[in-house]
Amino acid sequence: MGRTVIPIGPYHPLQEEPEFFTLTVEGETVVDIDVRIGYNHRGIEKLSESKTFENSTFVVERICGICSTSHPFAYTRAVEDIFPMEVPVRAKYIRTIIAEAERIHSHLLWLGLAGHFLGYNTVYMWAWKLREEILDVMEILSGNRNNYAMFKPGGVRRDIKKEDIPVCLKKIDSILPTLDMLKKAVLDDPVLHARLKGVGVLTYQEAIEFSALGPTSRASGVARDVRKDSPYGAYREMEWEMIVTGNGDVFDKAVIRILEMFESVKILKYCLNRLPEGEIDANIEDVPPGEGIGHIEAPRGETFHFVKSDGTNRPLRHKVRAPTFMNLPTYKATVKGETISDATIILAAIDPCYCCTERLAVKDTKGKMLYDGTDLVRLSREKTERLKRRMGIR
Amino acid sequence: MSLKLKALLKSPWVFHLSTGSCNNCDIEILDCLTPRFDIERFGMLLAGSIKHADVLLVTGSCNRMSVERMKELWEQVPKPCLVVAVGTCTASRGIFKDSYNCPVPLDKIIPVDVYIPGCPPKPEAIIAGVVKLIEKVGSGND
Repeated sequence: MGRTVIPIGPYHPLQEEPEFFTLTVEGETVVDIDVRIGYNHRGIEKLSESKTFENSTFVVERICGICSTSHPFAYTRAVEDIFPMEVPVRAKYIRTIIAEAERIHSHLLWLGLAGHFLGYNTVYMWAWKLREEILDVMEILSGNRNNYAMFKPGGVRRDIKKEDIPVCLKKIDSILPTLDMLKKAVLDDPVLHARLKGVGVLTYQEAIEFSALGPTSRASGVARDVRKDSPYGAYREMEWEMIVTGNGDVFDKAVIRILEMFESVKILKYCLNRLPEGEIDANIEDVPPGEGIGHIEAPRGETFHFVKSDGTNRPLRHKVRAPTFMNLPTYKATVKGETISDATIILAAIDPCYCCTERLAVKDTKGKMLYDGTDLVRLSREKTERLKRRMGIR
Repeated sequence: MSLKLKALLKSPWVFHLSTGSCNNCDIEILDCLTPRFDIERFGMLLAGSIKHADVLLVTGSCNRMSVERMKELWEQVPKPCLVVAVGTCTASRGIFKDSYNCPVPLDKIIPVDVYIPGCPPKPEAIIAGVVKLIEKVGSGND
């Protein structure tokens, strides 16, 4: 049978970000997929190296609007890893609260969009309506619906007021019945079972080979969660369950995300009820030379930041690896052999976030690679050295 | 005001164009469609194709790769079309001003009618911005 190539994107109504898919199909069946990104590249790593340690937090916050806690969290942990220091306990709790509230809002967002892709717009409207309550909690705690600006190396920027806690707890309690209803609406719906079960399966072996992260790997039975494996923040303090299922299909990925929301509510309530008294900031003054890594469990998987300091007030090198970077190649395993109509939901199932994933490479017009990431870092360093010499700095 | 514009303002269909944003403005635009804000009650509808669009909601910092696509889309869109710059990135590039991949702000590429500042602007602000756009065009002070 002849092969047809279907281009999707970069501007299409499927996802809100621009990205370009090439689906190669034989009749109805997808035989190959290629993803081209780069429409969101803003050069965050380079930009971050031109800002001070404290200002970089705001840049990494704008890597992605949905993970606007995960990236600053991982970044501040990387800076704190450069030299021995202790973050105050209250700051740890506040960080955990913000991170978990973000997880709920991100999973609800995914659930809504997944419903939208399936043509099940009721779920879309319900989930996003519920999400507003969480955004209200965020607005009470941080003053903004997104881009919370709560993090700084050594602590948090803003304290949680005592009188806000009961209001937040009440709001969180109020979403539980609706969340429960939504869970039943999705998990007990025979139509969704028929539509999603056995679609886009990522096996245990494939999940390990592709190094899948977060809900994508946990749906395939790989019990991997940074919050359990190397606890940070306040996750060590409380009891909570890591949700792992084994089928690896789209349905299981939805199950994981829905059940995780209930765990997040549990963690959120624990932290708000037992918020310890004390300082919220360790007041870091100078960052000595050295290297640090920070990794945390974002809603989509492990976010990893590497920061190298040379003793000045700016990072010498800042490297970001977002979870979608690892989850994106799993398309090769999941989409092949499925029909075109299922491809949309399979592509959405990993909860892709392209603006986290963007990398830069320089190609000539014929597609020949001129410089890859490593070359560009080297060129940038050489130029900095040249400028320093010319200006007579050190 | 031309008949075309008058007909367009009755129920403006918006097309959402992301040119290298962090997703936040895009999500707030989608948020406008959902029950709490529900801009469909003003007759606004998110169009799937640029050929159906009356208003362009542009987000993001216009990076080198998307600028070329954006110019192509701007040629395809049926005129008259109104352009709304959503978010600080589109208006002035904001925090990405010094980035190597964000050469110029949006109004150097295509004509912009309304700017909605904010990082990200709240859904209320986006709705207010579009309503102001309708008022501005409706009163003829173009």
